[in-house]
Amino acid sequence: MAVPKRKMSRSNTRARRSQWKTTAATLTTCPSCQADKLPHTACPTCGTYKGRTYRDALKTVNAG
Amino acid sequence: MPTPTKGARLGGSPAHERLILANLSTALFEHGRITTTETKAKRLRPLAERLITFAKKGDLHARRRVLRVVRDKGVVHTLFTEIAPTMAERNGGYTRITKIGPRKGDNAPMAVIELITEPVSPKQAVVKEATKAAEKAAPAEKAAPAEPEVEETPEAPAAEAGTEEQKES
Repeated sequence: MAVPKRKMSRSNTRARRSQWKTTAATLTTCPSCQADKLPHTACPTCGTYKGRTYRDALKTVNAG
Repeated sequence: MPTPTKGARLGGSPAHERLILANLSTALFEHGRITTTETKAKRLRPLAERLITFAKKGDLHARRRVLRVVRDKGVVHTLFTEIAPTMAERNGGYTRITKIGPRKGDNAPMAVIELITEPVSPKQAVVKEATKAAEKAAPAEKAAPAEPEVEETPEAPAAEAGTEEQKES
């Protein structure tokens, strides 16, 4: 089995990890409460999506 | 006919997937609206709609085919007697999936799958198309009357002249 010959330097480790980046989520505005929300998703603030309410479902999901 | 699923099964094995989907569909018909992960909801949708199609047929053979998936006789009874009549006017698309964002704990994208209970509205796609067509036709009509008027005016005197000539002759 291939094994590393040398210990990887702290610098190299950190240089590799410097490429671990996150991207900002795309957000849209909720038409009913004007809060930020993910597109094509029920609003987490007011629980509505296209005039329907999903507040109970959001509650059960976020309870755990 | 639902498209066959490609790739890995839910839960690891085909048998486990069948069990998961059977349990999910039972819960869906029992409660009308269930919260689950997006992947499971998407897999459940074709199965549940197929079962509703069987329920709309309503005969004993259809009932036995549904009972192969949904083992609970009470739930099958409600499906055939309560859910199927409400879907009588609807041609497919009996369920709706709404995304509700990631779950706390494992960040799994969650969704609500529900039976559509609203009465069937006239096809919105068709209405959109019709309105678009009307909008397109409206400017054309505005432009069109101007041209015929121009064309008609020379023609009309000519026609009148023709008739006059005939009268004179």
